[in-house]
Amino acid sequence: MEENGSLFLSSSSSSAQQRLRIIAGHLQKRPEDENASVAAQECKAEAPRSEPSSATPVPRRRQEIMKWNGWGYSDSRFLFNKKGQAEFTGKRYRLSGLILPSLKDWFEGTFGANLQHRSPATPSLNLSAVAPPNLNQPFVEDLKAAGLTVSHDPEDRVFRAHGHCLHEVFALREGRIGRVPDTVVWPSCHSDVEKIVELACEHNVCLIPYGGGTSVSSALECPREESRSIVSLDTSQMSRILWIDEKNLTAHVEAGIIGQDLERQLNERGFCTGHEPDSMEFSSLGGWVATRASGMKKNIYGNIEDLVVHIKMVTPRGVIEKSCLGPRMSTGPDIHHFILGSEGTLGVVTEVTLKIRPIPEYQKYGSVVFPNFQQGVACLREVARQRCAPASIRLMDNEQFQFGEFCFFLILLSFFCFDPQHLCVATLLFEGDRGKVLQHEKQVYDIAAKFGGLAAGEDNGQRGYMLTFVIAYLRDLGMDYYVIGESFETSVPWDRVLDLCRNVKERIVRECKERGVQFPPLSTSRVTQTYDAGACVYFYFAFNYRGLSDPVHVYEQVEHAAREEILANGGSLSHHHGVGKLRKEWMKESVSGVGLGMLKSVKEYVDPQNIFGNRNLL
Amino acid sequence: MASRALYSVSVLQHFCMLSDKILHACNTCSVNLSLLPSFNIFFRGNIKHISCPVSSESGDSTECVAEEASLILDEMAHRLQLSTVRFFVFTLSKAFKRLFRSVCVNEEGIQRLQQAVQEHPVVLLPSHRSYMDFLMMSYLLYMYDLPLPVIAAGMDFMSMKFVGEMLRMSGAFFIRRSFGGDKLYWAVFSEYVKTMLRNGYAPIEFFLEGTRSRTCKSLTPKTGLLNIVMEPFFKGELFDVNLVPVSISYERILEESLYARELLGIPKPKESTSGLLKARRVLSEDYGSMYVYFGHPVSVRSLTEGKITRSQYNLLPRCIPQKPSADTHEFLNDAAFRLVRIQEENMVLKPWVLIATLLLQNPDGMDLSSLAEQTDWLRHLALAFGAYLDWPDHEACSEVISCSLALHRHLLSVSAGHVQLSVTDAPQVESTPEEAVFHQAVVVLSCASYRNQILHVFLRPALLAVAMQSANSNRKDDVYNCFNFLRNMFSNEFILCPGDSVQDFEEACYLLMKRGVLQVLEHEIVMSASGHSTLAFLSSVLDPFLQGYQVVSRYLCEETNENLTEKEFIPAVRNFALKLILAGRLKCYEALSSDLQKNALAAFLRLKAVRKVKVGDQVTLKVNKIAVNSLEDTLGKSDVTSHQNSWCSSMAMFEIAI
Repeated sequence: MEENGSLFLSSSSSSAQQRLRIIAGHLQKRPEDENASVAAQECKAEAPRSEPSSATPVPRRRQEIMKWNGWGYSDSRFLFNKKGQAEFTGKRYRLSGLILPSLKDWFEGTFGANLQHRSPATPSLNLSAVAPPNLNQPFVEDLKAAGLTVSHDPEDRVFRAHGHCLHEVFALREGRIGRVPDTVVWPSCHSDVEKIVELACEHNVCLIPYGGGTSVSSALECPREESRSIVSLDTSQMSRILWIDEKNLTAHVEAGIIGQDLERQLNERGFCTGHEPDSMEFSSLGGWVATRASGMKKNIYGNIEDLVVHIKMVTPRGVIEKSCLGPRMSTGPDIHHFILGSEGTLGVVTEVTLKIRPIPEYQKYGSVVFPNFQQGVACLREVARQRCAPASIRLMDNEQFQFGEFCFFLILLSFFCFDPQHLCVATLLFEGDRGKVLQHEKQVYDIAAKFGGLAAGEDNGQRGYMLTFVIAYLRDLGMDYYVIGESFETSVPWDRVLDLCRNVKERIVRECKERGVQFPPLSTSRVTQTYDAGACVYFYFAFNYRGLSDPVHVYEQVEHAAREEILANGGSLSHHHGVGKLRKEWMKESVSGVGLGMLKSVKEYVDPQNIFGNRNLL
Repeated sequence: MASRALYSVSVLQHFCMLSDKILHACNTCSVNLSLLPSFNIFFRGNIKHISCPVSSESGDSTECVAEEASLILDEMAHRLQLSTVRFFVFTLSKAFKRLFRSVCVNEEGIQRLQQAVQEHPVVLLPSHRSYMDFLMMSYLLYMYDLPLPVIAAGMDFMSMKFVGEMLRMSGAFFIRRSFGGDKLYWAVFSEYVKTMLRNGYAPIEFFLEGTRSRTCKSLTPKTGLLNIVMEPFFKGELFDVNLVPVSISYERILEESLYARELLGIPKPKESTSGLLKARRVLSEDYGSMYVYFGHPVSVRSLTEGKITRSQYNLLPRCIPQKPSADTHEFLNDAAFRLVRIQEENMVLKPWVLIATLLLQNPDGMDLSSLAEQTDWLRHLALAFGAYLDWPDHEACSEVISCSLALHRHLLSVSAGHVQLSVTDAPQVESTPEEAVFHQAVVVLSCASYRNQILHVFLRPALLAVAMQSANSNRKDDVYNCFNFLRNMFSNEFILCPGDSVQDFEEACYLLMKRGVLQVLEHEIVMSASGHSTLAFLSSVLDPFLQGYQVVSRYLCEETNENLTEKEFIPAVRNFALKLILAGRLKCYEALSSDLQKNALAAFLRLKAVRKVKVGDQVTLKVNKIAVNSLEDTLGKSDVTSHQNSWCSSMAMFEIAI
């Protein structure tokens, strides 16, 4: 697919094409409207799309192209072929169709897994396992009367009952289906949402907004205690770019659009948002706003809170929005910050005005190998101190380096006299105009050299970023062979980064041992973002669960312990995954009782009936 | 017992192996040691960090403070050198060979330590009864190829010419005995210790009790250093820290009579090299065996679980020293007590300890036969209460006793099958009655230091036994109240974990019930018919302390003038007690012990029966005579059963005081 190609643009050869596209975008738009290139549209579901080339939203029946019980597209998955070699199917990714000979050895060596011991998933959804919908008939009839698309199909409902937490996917693979939404409704514009929310209030049903479904905080789980009819409000059909303002460099976009579509459509016009969370293939703009998402290239473009200029949200009390598009305001506490991170508890984000940027002229990947993790962290800290972080800079620890090595890092590192048991690697991405990128690159490599870092080439950098997009597919492969795992993240002041990584990793190993995990777990960390005052740290954790009667429970206990350890070591509850229901128990500790009370009182005012009853956060 | 088997390694054998060992140890240690000089330099680099907060508070320039910090560091830092260590090992192995028949070490403890050192930074917490303690620790670790510890030693050692420097080069670093107000000193010191710990250069060794116990009773632990070594864990700088309690016991203590004299007010000679040389005389005597028991490593992480919220350290930069919060302080105190109790429990006891206990209870002496009989009885009681007794299995009881008596003959007179504690080496010509009393007191206090080693075994049942005597009824809550009162009264005297009174009570009940001494019913505690002798023995274990505290309170009530200063207190009480003894009104020589007197005063201060008032630069003691009187009455009830109502009134007083 082309959109993935664009993610991995690296060579100077493609920059010329990009420039052409930028120019073409300018030429296209100019005759239309001299004033502000505004293409305002009437909201009508049946109205013909003005840009047919880019107007193919995620289908209503997502299960037709995506896995119902795993990550991503149905056609893309890892498997071990008959020769025992790993391969990645499909045609979508750069890795697609490739054979990865060393993955098997790494997999068996790291987890003590064996290709003979399989734990296959239930092949298809057993429809009888899905409870019949608890319908609020008058509500459904009113929805239909309003011309909205509604479904009670079990497959549709099951698809929207989960995110991608381990326990959620594991249950699906075993064919266990818990409480699922009773109805799915697809609004196609802001006023549709207003209608739905109004009816929901009238008939007292529970609404759960659904964007891309990539949550890893149990945010989409239907609360067990909810007795009302649960309606999943799928925003996927609200995916248009409503206008682009080239003078102010802003775009007004419907919140259901998914990351890759937004970026592709903007690219066609010569722009980008630069917001690239790892989930951008599937996650939606509204979801980013509702969870305070962070993108890989935030060093240039900022996190979601820096990108939004205006947000429109439908709440049971009505629509909340600001009255102008001023870049900053002093009008009391910023109401956007009630919306950002509200996790679907207050309403549905319908439209967002975002900052956009011209597509960068030049992009260059890079990588640096450090003798050990300490040196790597010290280098990142120095880069942050000098405020010269590239668009993205990430540091993998040694375990993760060894993991990445199976298919990516083919260089002979022994040449550098680094101990392969300690070395770690940083991947870099530079963006901007060519001269500046090269200058910037030199500056960063010079700093790295001071910490014993050696440049290890563009390819390795690029492969490192590619790994990000396939890692979730790898989890599915693991689950076919008794290996379960997950990632979680935190943010932490600079001086605590090393201590936190070491302590959390060791805590994970120890907890696994104490809980009877037979094989040493994979417990790795990486620094994925740098800030002035600290860094974002990611942990990957996986283990072989053969011999455990309740592996998911063990997993959850270990993750719980790891989170306790993170908090005890000065890490935050979450950098960008959000709280959901998974991390709710620590909210009070994290924001103080008063803080929690403030949030509760907002909820109380905005949604007294608890229509948005997903029970996240509070 | 089997699980705690000791391996007796004769010193001689050690010595023969020495030359091989040195070569071997050289190879293993040098790697470790080569880091150390660079450590001090590295640490100097950190001084700026420490000085900044201090200088901004005091207003002095940063350079000025840094300079001062550097001087403190010079005074404090160790300079571990392998050559010095080798010299020490060589000399010590000779000395130890002459002093001790054998040095016994639990080798599985050494193995555990080896394991622990690999996992996390280790803090060694030996008990402190003698100067020998840390020399022996370093010697043993060297012999077993373990990393040599750096030791927090009192400043008084440093004033010893040459030896101070030698100790420094064998890994001691020196701390001032008191530096309460000196923030910079505290900052440099704590950072110094923490940096060593964090970098895992060497195990840290210090004494929880802070100083040598002159009485062989464990002392109330100090928490300052414990906080310092735990802080890197609290602040997330270390995943865990292993605390290894080490119990060192001596069949005969080198400083035995020295301590007794010190307790009687003959001042401790200042540590000096010539003093050490004079101590050579010591080398010619037989000190029996020495025991070193390395306990199970205690993980700070598991110790703090559910008790410390580490996130409280999140909001300050970690280089800024932080006073422990109230709950941290409580935790530290509790942890320190528990560690000292582990030390106590692992302390190896010799038969002599039992004999000394019996001889002290029979000041007029005992026949050898009844001594043998009672020792055997006591042995079984002690074992039932969990004492860690090293009793030679295959020898007859009388044989064991005569061996013990021989080793401690300087405290005894044995004639015609009758044993008595008595002065043996004093001049036969009695000079003055006072001197005679002091001579006898030296013997009694020396002997008491052996009895004290087993007190922790009998303490809780003994408190219960006394409580049963003094309670108005057999009702469980009455007995518990008395128990609790005594426990409070004596909490400066013995190791009683704060807040554990219910557990202690239950433990005492359980032990005595198991022995068939008591029957504990739902609301009543009843003595069994056969339990009388055990209860009598147990209450007389505490008798010297009850009497001693009564003497102190009587003194406070009767003798005191209005402006009694803190300094005058000890000599004044001693005189008071001496007069009572000379007048024949007091038989208990232990009342002369300054340790007991200090503890009693501390208890009265804690119970607010006495107040400290600062007048000018002197601290005077203000006595609430009514309160002291009533406390005395209550204590008096346990040996003299008069004053029926005093108990209740004093309990009321006590409650008010609390």
